[in-house]
Amino acid sequence: MSNLLLLIPIALFLGLLGLGAFLWSLRSGQFDDMEGAANRILFDDDDTKTPEKSKRIDPNDS
Amino acid sequence: MTHAVPSCRHCGEPVTAVSPAAPDFCCAGCAGAYELLGQLGLSSYYNRRAIDPKVRALRPDEDEIASFDFTELASTDDEGHHHLHLMVDGIHCAACVWLIETLLQRNPAVLQARVNMTTRRLRLSWQGHVSDIEDIIRPVMQMGYRLIPFDPAALEQATVSRNKELLRCLAVSGFAAGNVMLLSVSVWAGYFQGMGGATRDLFHWISALIALPAAAYAGMPFYRSALGAIRNRRVNMDVPISLGVILALGMSLAQTIRGEPHAYFDSAITLLFFLLIGRYLDGRARGQARSAAEHLLSLNARSITVIDTDGTRRLIAPQKAKPGMIVLAAAGERIGIDGKVIDGQSDIDTSIITGESIPVLTRPGATVFAGTTNISAPLRIEVTATGGNTLLSEIVRLMENAEQGRAKYVAVADRVAKGYAPIVHSLSLLTFFGWWLVGGIGWQDALMNAIAVLIITCPCALALAVPVVQVIATGRLLRAGILVKSATALERLTKITGVIFDKTGTLTTGKPELVNQPPLEKLTLAGEIAANSNHPLSRALVRAAGNVAPHANVTEQPGLGLMARGPVGPIRLGSRAFCNIAENADLPSDVSGPELWLSEPGVAATRFVFRDSLRSDASDVVDNLRTRGFEMTLLSGDRETTVRQLAETLGIADWQAQMSPTQKAAHIQTRADAGNYDLMVGDGINDAPALAAAHASMSPATAAEISQNAADIVFQGDKLGAVIEAIDVARKADRLVRQNFALSFAYNVITIPLAVSGFVTPLIAAIAMSSSSLIVIANALRLHARSGKPDTADIKPAARMSQQAGT
Repeated sequence: MSNLLLLIPIALFLGLLGLGAFLWSLRSGQFDDMEGAANRILFDDDDTKTPEKSKRIDPNDS
Repeated sequence: MTHAVPSCRHCGEPVTAVSPAAPDFCCAGCAGAYELLGQLGLSSYYNRRAIDPKVRALRPDEDEIASFDFTELASTDDEGHHHLHLMVDGIHCAACVWLIETLLQRNPAVLQARVNMTTRRLRLSWQGHVSDIEDIIRPVMQMGYRLIPFDPAALEQATVSRNKELLRCLAVSGFAAGNVMLLSVSVWAGYFQGMGGATRDLFHWISALIALPAAAYAGMPFYRSALGAIRNRRVNMDVPISLGVILALGMSLAQTIRGEPHAYFDSAITLLFFLLIGRYLDGRARGQARSAAEHLLSLNARSITVIDTDGTRRLIAPQKAKPGMIVLAAAGERIGIDGKVIDGQSDIDTSIITGESIPVLTRPGATVFAGTTNISAPLRIEVTATGGNTLLSEIVRLMENAEQGRAKYVAVADRVAKGYAPIVHSLSLLTFFGWWLVGGIGWQDALMNAIAVLIITCPCALALAVPVVQVIATGRLLRAGILVKSATALERLTKITGVIFDKTGTLTTGKPELVNQPPLEKLTLAGEIAANSNHPLSRALVRAAGNVAPHANVTEQPGLGLMARGPVGPIRLGSRAFCNIAENADLPSDVSGPELWLSEPGVAATRFVFRDSLRSDASDVVDNLRTRGFEMTLLSGDRETTVRQLAETLGIADWQAQMSPTQKAAHIQTRADAGNYDLMVGDGINDAPALAAAHASMSPATAAEISQNAADIVFQGDKLGAVIEAIDVARKADRLVRQNFALSFAYNVITIPLAVSGFVTPLIAAIAMSSSSLIVIANALRLHARSGKPDTADIKPAARMSQQAGT
């Protein structure tokens, strides 16, 4: 049963990783605007003349 | 308008002949917006929005944009960057988001401009000087969007942070449930395939390691609420939930320590996971409705213009006004304070306070109240009362008194819990003593059976029965533009036996319409003159006359009428006295109501009669409600003749006129004491105490701020049918909730004997719990499947909101 001793910690670790990622994204505000996020993917950046500036500012912070 | 009219290149509205920017644009504002977009190279906006044919650009305001002191709420960080949160009115779609962000980012001073499309709020950061903000946002304002600064701390309600907490708990319990289930399935498989005792114990230990901390964290919302209820000597649904979870975990831990097979870690944590889903969705649905309602309210927020002793003008928030200050109220502006007129003569629309649909003449010395609208000429007003002395705070006091009755209402879930918890808990106690004293087994085994009873009856389905239905019902109403603000509003709505309507602004549109048919050339002439005035009767004339060019050389005499210079002499449009018509002139008596006269030199005067017109579906709604057996009542602050006329038109036998706010609330109270459950529908400030006193209440989104706050439900759009829709959905939801309770109880009837007799294993518990929850959810989804008419359901509430604000 030594494979269990290896596999269970791995499974738990991966699960925790996912949980951590979710909590991080929640805290950084990525779930604040679900509707906008769905539409933003359709904006092309060449319309906005200042892409380098908007990149400099943390885009998650809104 | 049957002939083809060219439509405006910017907003798509028909271009009228008088447009200063014809033939391409309907108004100068649109022409300006189009030009600005072209200059900035942003014309691709018109292609973007073309994706959705329903979307139209806003029609920018030609007048000076009502402005705020934007610097007041701006904050500055250590690096000298300024930040401001703004509400945006007028966002329809992603193209608007793109346009606003791009317009702002074109300004080199702007560091960040990000629109949250869900909440329709803009976060703006810029460098340089704080007062640059007005220049920065001007292009957005020119596009017709309205920007209102707000303080996120004041608006960031407890519900938002509570929902975030629920989401975190949901994530943790979901993670734990998944992993524990993985191990539990192995253990269940091990029953049949002969898993060794040591492996099983190892799996139980790992499960305990995951489930205990996760349940300790994710269960907090339930434990807190249960503790709070017990402290107040009440029982709510969270008490049996918390007890079930804690006992199940405790017993499983004991089993694990003793190396025995029955561990319920999976059931306990899955229970939390399911319940948290219900709670989160419930909170989110109501949060959305509430945030939409707040957005609507903030659109009414205005600053007031104070004139200092040295003659300078500044904008301040109405709350900051002090007695003795001189406030300027422009024509068309809503008055923000209670005060005395010291200079100017104008008409004041007081319908929101008195229910009277026709403006009253105001001269120096007259008292005006916050919430009324100044119509025809600028007024200087001395602030007389602030804080607790205003009419508004008087109404708030009445409201608070009236509200106490409603606070006693106990949600149906808690009523069920109150009956359910003692039964289950005593059943479990009986099981324990039965097995121990009568059955003759050891107390540990007896305790196991007793706890199995608690776990199997653990009210997973019961606790989901109400929230799942609520989520779907609230969501369905939200799509139809009906915002359910209160948690128990739908439950209370099902009990309604009578409906009480306010008149002005509720049954009627609050806008007078021309009812008689004067000769066409007279109507056109009157319309041309009236186009120069903001008075409601003038506007009604213009609407009736169609596309007319404003007559030149017109002077307005507030409270009297308009005078235009004609070819042979002055043409007068106004009151009977203003036009020098004798009191006893013979009149057709079939039409009565507010009137205007048009007199030209040497020609017989023409009379125009107006009536505050009904909402388009008002009589259908009233008929519908009556055939369903609701008692209809009409309570109005308006004059008796007007109210009687309306009540007769609609066939409402029970009506009362000239009611004060106190009388309205008292009337409802008397009816309630007599055993009636009333739904109050009203919009004015004078309705607020009545809205608070009624068993349930609704108000249109055009209502006064205080009334929207008092109402359980706010509906958008100009259809009164929302009342019927809300009652229908509430009744359907109530039926489904009852079915859900019946289903959960049926489940318990089957499983409790199993648990009492000691046959329950963790596997049976898990299956019973999950399947009962799923059945309850599936049943609730039936409300969604039979969703209402597509025409109203398709339009998003926010889009309707801006349509309203835009017109």
